[in-house]
Amino acid sequence: MAVPVSNPSANSLVDKTRAALRVKPLNLKPYEKGWLGYIYLAPGLVIYIVFIFIPILNTFRLSFHDWTGFTTPTFNGLDNYIELAGNQRFWSALGNNFFFVIFFTIIPIFVGLFITSLLTRTKIRGLTYYRIALFIPQVMSTVAVGIIWRWMLNPRFGPLNAGLRALGLDALARPWLGDFTWAPYAVGGIGAWVGYGFAMVLFIAGVQSINPELYDVARVFGANAWQEFWYVTLPSLRRQIVVAFVIRFIAAMRIFDLVYVTTSGGPGGITRVVSYELWQSAFQVNRAGYAAAMAVVLTAIILLVSFITLRLQARLAYDEE
Amino acid sequence: MQATSRTRLLPQNLMTHIILIFFTLAAVMPLVGTLLTSLKDPTDLAASPFALPRVWHWENFERAWSQARFGDYFLNSIVVVVAVVAISVFLTILSGYAMGQLKFRGKGLINVIILVGLMVPFEAVIIPLWSLMRDLGLYNTLWSLIWPQVALSFSFGTFWMQTYFRGVPTDLVDAAVIDGCSSWGLLWRVLFPMAVPSVLSMVVLLFIWTWNEFLLVLVMIQKDTLRTLPIGLASLQGRNSTDLSLVAAATIIVTVPTLIVYFIFQRQFIAGMISGALRA
Repeated sequence: MAVPVSNPSANSLVDKTRAALRVKPLNLKPYEKGWLGYIYLAPGLVIYIVFIFIPILNTFRLSFHDWTGFTTPTFNGLDNYIELAGNQRFWSALGNNFFFVIFFTIIPIFVGLFITSLLTRTKIRGLTYYRIALFIPQVMSTVAVGIIWRWMLNPRFGPLNAGLRALGLDALARPWLGDFTWAPYAVGGIGAWVGYGFAMVLFIAGVQSINPELYDVARVFGANAWQEFWYVTLPSLRRQIVVAFVIRFIAAMRIFDLVYVTTSGGPGGITRVVSYELWQSAFQVNRAGYAAAMAVVLTAIILLVSFITLRLQARLAYDEE
Repeated sequence: MQATSRTRLLPQNLMTHIILIFFTLAAVMPLVGTLLTSLKDPTDLAASPFALPRVWHWENFERAWSQARFGDYFLNSIVVVVAVVAISVFLTILSGYAMGQLKFRGKGLINVIILVGLMVPFEAVIIPLWSLMRDLGLYNTLWSLIWPQVALSFSFGTFWMQTYFRGVPTDLVDAAVIDGCSSWGLLWRVLFPMAVPSVLSMVVLLFIWTWNEFLLVLVMIQKDTLRTLPIGLASLQGRNSTDLSLVAAATIIVTVPTLIVYFIFQRQFIAGMISGALRA
């Protein structure tokens, strides 16, 4: 996207000309009428405030209430939060979210960095086509992704078990998504599959904006491939890595669709996640106030981790200058 | 010199291609396998998962489209997406123009209010929204999907368009104003034509996000005839998970429209995702 940059010198030229001619600034600029902005802003802003902003405030308010979703809410102070803090189900769901961070966030970043490190010095033919293909999972509905992987991991017809059997490893074939040990890894693996293309494309774009002279300098000083990666590529990609971390971390904390279609939190609750708990509490068992408290905690975690990570990155970038 | 660097680079390049092809195949093969499954019949499924169908059973798509109602779901998805994208684009061009070009008081505060919608997860909206929709009588109608997604898109779109409008050269604006352009004329006759690439990126992103929305539809829509495609797919999977070919055909129906939009506008989509992410 080409964004034209304003030209300050041309602007000041206008001012100088005006000053020389002793002409007052023309007072017919329509965009300087104070109220005009509100009119342009109003229609969208009203819709936004009604359907997003006020509900957010209400979620916070209702988290301090006993509310089924249908009755009049009655204030109950911190009861919802106290119950949440003592609820084993909630803690195990939250723990699962953090477990999924490994797969949704950490593994894709490492895979992305590994691939990117191969692409720094050499001109790769057909990179555009690789990029298009690698990004395909970003475009697909998570429900479709979940169902495609249900087929991949299908105990009878799925390619994974078929492959294992073909290799004579029949003993390893299993109903992955229904397996008490393997289900969380299976769901996590799907998350990693979605994530690595995103990380890779983000990093490749970052690498392409690195000044090639940096690599020349590294070469002159006799850096090997690993040193080149460690001292040139990695520091230049810091912003991209942080962004990938934040976005994929949020994805891991918000997993819902994927668990809904692949395991419904099973077997035995071992793939249960916070959003799924929240949805069940609010809309299946009518404990909307309690679910609102869960939403507040989830939001707090997401905002806290995002802010800390972005601050840290800004700090590092600042220290360097 | 040239020759030695060639010979040194070549094997490395080959290795890189092999690794890239591996990861590309890993990204694409599950979808290809699903496409093949959607064209098979039960006896064929037992054979190798990636083998071509012995007989091409196109009627699986027919079954998904009419019997499993994916035709209806498709129509609902189109109605919702077109409405959300059209309304959002119009409103965010206006709001982005206001935020990026016009001067007025309280802009900082409004900016913060809009930013909240970008940072807070939708889980923190959905519960009161559900009760609001019931109060408004919009629950179980397509409006309960359209307005919240317009509102969500407003946050993103205002930031997106604001960045564009802020970058417009001031002398261009001055020239138009001196020529007697009203603010409305300035927006639509001067600035909008130049904003088309920006707007197009936004349209592609909003199209794909809206098409794939799940939680909102799950909560707001009870009537089967009002479902959109992703929810229709999840419920088909729930009722009929043993009919793998039917479910696969339905999955392809859900996925193909986003893929078509993606392939046509992949440059805008990838660039949009990356710059959207980095701006966060």
